[in-house]
Amino acid sequence: MKLKITGAISAVIILFIASCQSEESIEFRRYYSSGALVYQTHCQNCHGINGEGLSALIPPLTDSIYLKNNKTALACYIKLGLNRPITIKGRTFDDAMPAAELSPVEIARVLTYIGNSFGNKLNTINEQAVQADLAKCE
Amino acid sequence: MKNLTWVGLIAIIFGTACKFNTGDKTVLPIYGNRRPVTKMVNDKPVTDTLYQTISKFKTINQYGDSISNKSLDGDIYIADFFFTTCPSICPVMHRNMLNVYNAFKSRGDIRIISYTIDPKHDSVPVLKKYADKLGVSGNTWWFLQGKKDDIYKLSESYLVRKPQEDAKQQFIHDGSFILVDKQKRIRGAYDGTDPKQVEQMIADIKTLQNEPDQIIAQ
Ligand code: HEC
Repeated sequence: MKLKITGAISAVIILFIASCQSEESIEFRRYYSSGALVYQTHCQNCHGINGEGLSALIPPLTDSIYLKNNKTALACYIKLGLNRPITIKGRTFDDAMPAAELSPVEIARVLTYIGNSFGNKLNTINEQAVQADLAKCE
Repeated sequence: MKNLTWVGLIAIIFGTACKFNTGDKTVLPIYGNRRPVTKMVNDKPVTDTLYQTISKFKTINQYGDSISNKSLDGDIYIADFFFTTCPSICPVMHRNMLNVYNAFKSRGDIRIISYTIDPKHDSVPVLKKYADKLGVSGNTWWFLQGKKDDIYKLSESYLVRKPQEDAKQQFIHDGSFILVDKQKRIRGAYDGTDPKQVEQMIADIKTLQNEPDQIIAQ
């Protein structure tokens, strides 16, 4: 009897975890694939098809440590643009990135895309997270 | 067995000899208007074709040197129009042009010239900084500043769309790379934002370099 109950409980737990995970991965896949389109139309001309950047003019998007350390600031960089010297992969960049006219959900999509492409692994950056980050832009 | 090897060798020799003789047969077209002219050669009228050529121009490059159409006499060159603060197509164009630069810089037998269409902002020091950051040095690739009206007018002689300023005061312009031969005639026009077309241009430059020199029509 006891065994049966434990068995049932563990089955339920397993089911929960499984459905949770798949929901998460569905969300991820949705953000990621639509983010690829946002990237193509709004970012790829500058940052390149493989996130390689352009010489010393435009930084690559391959500095996983920089992206991780600045994860909660990235939404503001996209929304307001960025114009100050930054160090990416040990090199300094000081040209301006113009502000992008994108909605919070589009920003979330493109950040999920770049955050999980080019060797990066930031997982899903969803709309709620972007909304919260945008509220704190300097 | 030995005989077979000989046959093979001979076939190879013939094969290459043949290739040598015919050379690359493709000839690039000549673009633009043309008109026939008749002139007297040894008291006989000879009809020749006068092709459209690139107009005269006066500019300064990223080193502050004066560069005119004369500076390109006898050169095969590629031209484009850009500006350093361009957020749209210029980064793509110059990412692709960098491949052309890298393919030819050590041989030094072609030139690349990029006219700025925003000369007010793109001064000599701004152009120099841009070239440095792009990783361009030496005299293979010049970034040229001229009078705005002159450059806009000049763009017509390259058969590209004339730059315009739209509502946002942003420049819109054509992303073409124009291939010009030693006689200043247009021999190719490529979409500078398309890596495949730029690859074709690199191949066409080599074809043009192998073209026998012709007498320059006056
Ligand atoms: C006009 C060219 C241009 C466009 C378009 C552009 N960027 Fe940037 N981006 C830059 C430049 C230049 C910098 C460096 C800014 C600085 O030094 O202040 C930069 C910096 C960044 C950074 C931080 C540094 C790094 O390399 O990680 C991120 C992240 C970024 N861009 C993402 C994007 C995304 C996402 C888009 C599309 C929504 C985009 N960029 C569109 C030019 C551009």
